[in-house]
Amino acid sequence: MKLEMKDSPGQLVAALKPISESGGNIIAVIHQREPDLDDDTLNVQIVLELPEGRLERLIALLKEQGVHIQRIGEERLLYKRTVILIGHLMHTGLTDTVDQIDSTGFAEVCELAMSMPAVQERSSSRITIKAVSRNDMEAALAILRRVSHQKSLLLIEPLEEIA
Amino acid sequence: MMKVALIGLGSVGKGVAGVIARKDLGLTITGIADSKSGCMEPDGIDIENLLLNKSRNGLCGDRDISAPDVIKKADYDALIEVTPTNALTGEPAIGYIKAALLRKKHVVTSNKGPIALAYKELHALAQKNGVALRYEATVAGAIPIMHTLEHGLAGNEILALYGVLNGTCNYILTRMADEGLTYEQALMEAREMGYAEADPTYDVQGIDAAIKLVILANTIWGNGVRLDDVDRTGIDLLTPDALRLAEDEGSTIRLIAEAIPRKHILRVSPRILLKNHPLVVDGTLNALTLETDLAKEITLIGRGAGSTETASAIIGDLLFIRDRYARRT
Repeated sequence: MKLEMKDSPGQLVAALKPISESGGNIIAVIHQREPDLDDDTLNVQIVLELPEGRLERLIALLKEQGVHIQRIGEERLLYKRTVILIGHLMHTGLTDTVDQIDSTGFAEVCELAMSMPAVQERSSSRITIKAVSRNDMEAALAILRRVSHQKSLLLIEPLEEIA
Repeated sequence: MMKVALIGLGSVGKGVAGVIARKDLGLTITGIADSKSGCMEPDGIDIENLLLNKSRNGLCGDRDISAPDVIKKADYDALIEVTPTNALTGEPAIGYIKAALLRKKHVVTSNKGPIALAYKELHALAQKNGVALRYEATVAGAIPIMHTLEHGLAGNEILALYGVLNGTCNYILTRMADEGLTYEQALMEAREMGYAEADPTYDVQGIDAAIKLVILANTIWGNGVRLDDVDRTGIDLLTPDALRLAEDEGSTIRLIAEAIPRKHILRVSPRILLKNHPLVVDGTLNALTLETDLAKEITLIGRGAGSTETASAIIGDLLFIRDRYARRT
């Protein structure tokens, strides 16, 4: 979200506090002074994660602090992971494979690249999945593992970030 | 001078014998046996002469002297057991190692079979007899992974390990990614280069990597896992298209062995990795990343096979034993 506030001491902290109070997790704060802007206001962009249904409360809290919200951009699916599937993807119903992820409500296939060498040969595809949270991503991958196993597809997963 | 007996004169055995003959390490070979013959000489065997004879007539000594004879009768401090790996039974190497331990002789081996199948029993037998059983050469060739775990990282808790443990697979995947070769073409090339066996199943289906993972897991966590416990997928079904699709996103595919006890993960599988990931090594190289509580991540990269490279690991074990168990006179 993009916020506008008075450029006086303590204002930034006042704007950040409601975020933690409403259970949010700040990912980035971008704070740039624009030279041609009036001196007494400050523009700040904040990237944050917020549990479902808390946005209204956060907006109210920010207004109480005298912070003006210029823009809110929402991205529901924050977690992204790319896998590769090899096998008879068309014969085993690619639409169904994708649907099994999309129908969860918490994850969806957002990109699919494919190569099909010849009718009888195994094809390869790169599938990018987006999910609401890390746990949802794990659940989506678990579904994909099960479907791949059922359809005799080879699923290649990324090596997890080292914890 | 430390006296050693050498069982097995294949590529690794010749490498070890050659290094001992060439370098002044304070090691003397007093007994040698291959599958057909053997010899014993308490004052030390003339290695260069023996290797010459072996290359001429295929024998390293007398046909009447067998490996068990050398193990039971020769005068030595440590046995070097470098016979071929039998992944199913571990024999005859397990028997060889037991016989030496029972004589209160140290044992150094490059043989994965006995360590993967009978580590607990052999380790207990070594302890009971007050001698060492070391096997640095069984995993990742020249990379001193066991020494690193035992000494350099002493006091660390190992939380996870990730490794490229099979040079044949890594070579095939590197060639598929770099040249767009099919799996079959890359495998054929690996054979021509001498990196793959006539029957590549053991390598390409991830069995070799899984055995090494079992050895590492038992060494680090003593959790008694076995080959059957490893969730294993090989590289033989990979397509050049899959590698290209990974490449389009700045990634590639490598066969990764992975153990994370807290998540109950023990797995060998092809995985997508960013090309600048430390485990993405080229050709037949091996690599291992350890994740620990104190040191955090440590990655070791080196040659996973080769006569002299494997000899490096064996010599390291022998000299460690000599220093640790220096004879008190």
